[in-house]
Amino acid sequence: MSLLAVEQLDARHGQLQAVRDVSFAIEEGEILALIGANGAGKTTLLRAVAGAHRISGGRILFDGRDVSSARANRRVGLGITLVPEGRRLFAGMTVEENLLVGAASERRGRWNVDTVLDAFSMLRPLMKRRAGDLSGGQQQATAIGRSLMSNPRVLLVDELSLGLSPVAVEQVYESLQAVIASGATIVLVEQDLGRALRVATRVACMLEGRIVLEGRATEVTRESVTEAYFGLKRPSRQGGTP
Amino acid sequence: MTQAQPIVVQRWNVLSIAAVTSLVALLVALAFGPTYLGPNLTDRITTLFIYVILAAMWNALAGYAGLVSVGQQAFFGLGAYAAIRLSNAGINVYLALALAPLIVGAASFPLSALALRLRGGEFAIGMWVFAELAHLSVNLDGLVQGETGTSLIALSAFAPDVRRACNYWIALALMTALVGLVFVLLRSRTGAAIQAIRDNEEAAASVGVRVFATKRLIFVLAAAGCAAAGSLTLSTLISFQPKTYFSVQWTAYMIFMTLVGGLGTFEGPIIGAVIFFVIETIFGASGVWYLVGLGASALLFSLFLPRGIWGTLTDRFGIHLMPVGYRLRFGSGEPR
Amino acid sequence: MVNELVQGILLGCYYALIACGLSFTFGVLRIINLAHGSIAVLGAFVVWTIAEQWNISPFLALVAVAPFMAAAGWVLQRTVLERSLRSGALTPLLSTFGLAIVIDNLLFSKFGADTRSMAPNIGDLAFASWNLPGGVTIGQLALLTAIVAVALLGGLQLFLARTPLGRAIRATAEDPDTAELVGIDSRKVYAAATAISMVTVAIAGTFLALRATFDPYAGSAQLIFAFEAIVIGGTGSLWGTLIGGIVLGVAQNLGSQISPQGFLIGGHLVFFAVLAARFFIAGRSPGSLVRSLRRTSP
Repeated sequence: MSLLAVEQLDARHGQLQAVRDVSFAIEEGEILALIGANGAGKTTLLRAVAGAHRISGGRILFDGRDVSSARANRRVGLGITLVPEGRRLFAGMTVEENLLVGAASERRGRWNVDTVLDAFSMLRPLMKRRAGDLSGGQQQATAIGRSLMSNPRVLLVDELSLGLSPVAVEQVYESLQAVIASGATIVLVEQDLGRALRVATRVACMLEGRIVLEGRATEVTRESVTEAYFGLKRPSRQGGTP
Repeated sequence: MTQAQPIVVQRWNVLSIAAVTSLVALLVALAFGPTYLGPNLTDRITTLFIYVILAAMWNALAGYAGLVSVGQQAFFGLGAYAAIRLSNAGINVYLALALAPLIVGAASFPLSALALRLRGGEFAIGMWVFAELAHLSVNLDGLVQGETGTSLIALSAFAPDVRRACNYWIALALMTALVGLVFVLLRSRTGAAIQAIRDNEEAAASVGVRVFATKRLIFVLAAAGCAAAGSLTLSTLISFQPKTYFSVQWTAYMIFMTLVGGLGTFEGPIIGAVIFFVIETIFGASGVWYLVGLGASALLFSLFLPRGIWGTLTDRFGIHLMPVGYRLRFGSGEPR
Repeated sequence: MVNELVQGILLGCYYALIACGLSFTFGVLRIINLAHGSIAVLGAFVVWTIAEQWNISPFLALVAVAPFMAAAGWVLQRTVLERSLRSGALTPLLSTFGLAIVIDNLLFSKFGADTRSMAPNIGDLAFASWNLPGGVTIGQLALLTAIVAVALLGGLQLFLARTPLGRAIRATAEDPDTAELVGIDSRKVYAAATAISMVTVAIAGTFLALRATFDPYAGSAQLIFAFEAIVIGGTGSLWGTLIGGIVLGVAQNLGSQISPQGFLIGGHLVFFAVLAARFFIAGRSPGSLVRSLRRTSP
């Protein structure tokens, strides 16, 4: 039985169908990279799995249990936690308080303030600072740390590198390696194709709300991904690959 | 661009033409009211006209400009007070009653600069504080003698029958004028601006709607309208006790009438005023339980029927009696 | 003059006490509860009834009533406020105003128009005072009110800063959607916040009844004083509420030196002066008042 299985999921933004008939499953310990152009439906899909976006069809099974109608905070309690796009830290609270709030679900496990600080050592001197005053990279580290505090069985990570400097992206991904090394199960939305292929064990590419390509990260070719990414028959030369 | 079915912008339809025609007929019939209604009923119907004014003004403020005020009794009281003052200064008493709302409306203009910067609940209670301040300030006037109050003595120069008929006609005329003004406002360019603001204030501002000016217009209109209601009430009661006129109960009535009839609809407050009038006539004497009922209705309507009776009916059946909006209809023909 | 100032400060502490719950709900739920004053008076009546019926100290009665007020707050949130919040910014104002009318008139139907006071229930404490040099008199009850106000505001501040529930409340106040995403049940948090607020309202209502008289329609005045204290204090922290209350109390006491009506007028004028100063001199954008009030960082 898969840890997380999404079956024929539909989700809308008003009139617009953002996610159409999407199915995928992920096993314990896997890292799935969701890639695709802007507006392909990646963020909506992730938010739907986290319970932050209402679904209009299909279902979400977690550990064999239908969680489609559970509210977001209930899903955190079960072990599904999202690192939202744009970090969404509680800006008026300190880094330490942001981490502590992350433990609101009271799920116990290997992650606590100490182990998060071991993984994200750059946060150690910042604990008493207001989260709103941090740099983008520091905020992203705090956001991941905050989500880890709930000891998720599946960590959903949205647009890790969005709006960050290349150096900061590098730092955040370095820290993420420690999380990956702990055996975490992760669904990662990432624009940067090269990076996604390096980190992930599996890749799924979305186009106009559907998953159009899925495979092991070692097996899919860059050309096929690029093709799927742009919805073209021939590989594009512009971008997609860093 | 080709279109299989042309879209027609429609303002009038059969129903709205019928409604407007019967409305005009009703107004004509009402105009002769004092000749056939008898003294008691004439007084009661005058009161109904005042309620319609109050409901329409509060609805313009909350339903169209998104400003919930708990302090409209300020203008109601100031309207009556201004009439007392003007009459005392030797101005003809009916002229004084007519000028009072204009003066209060003008005075509300500078106030709007401060009040309209307040948001939501801040505006609501801020206006209430203003009403309290207005009440206390009026009490300081030696003419009013604090809570003892005074009377519009000049009115007693007229025979009761003449006075009654005059009040009735003035109230009818003012109601028609003020409600008509709201109607014209809604059909003008300002009407479109009002709806844009109600839907999304920031978006409206970004496409060039003059949000502040539009809100100010409605704020001043509502102030003048409530003052007119206050001056009319004075002309029927003759006595002026600040406590009665500056009571928050007036605003409670306005909220009840608008919420029950339909907040943000043109017809709703008028229907709400009629309902309130009937309820008051039947249960008004039962005192405190009547007030509990009014409060409970406001609470329940705001929670479970936020569009009121009329708003719910139009939503469900698409009836629009008064041609204040535009409707898109598929079909052929010229826009009417 | 010095005495008037001191009396103003002590009175201001009472205003901070009554404003505490309103400020708290405003900060967390972003709504102004127009039934706030009426609920305080309701609390006063309940405490008074119990103190009279069982012949016990009002303070003991308050302790007995507090859990019920908390429960009432929870119910209020789940039945009225939560539903109001979902249907737009104006609805909470309309529904709580309706609620205020219901409470006022139900109290009137039960207790009639008589004004009451609990001062007789606390013996000497009601009037005993210390005379200080310079003609300054400090009433024991007034001082107790001030101590309770400071302790309550300080306690709430500590609670928000140090406890898991306090952090959850602040997180939810700042961003309810994200709070849900980190595992906070925002509905529970809101209900808990309203329950806490209602307990502070019961405390404030009790002190209203101890230090003065009250009647079924006394709620609206309490709401207005509480609101004025919050706006004058304006800085957003609960301590700002204390400062606002004190400014209001001092302004009223100085006003009453000028004329008998000056008591209330002085307070209202300071309120409008502070508003005007904030908007025109500091040149702050409209709406900033709400935002600054919402920031409850310790």
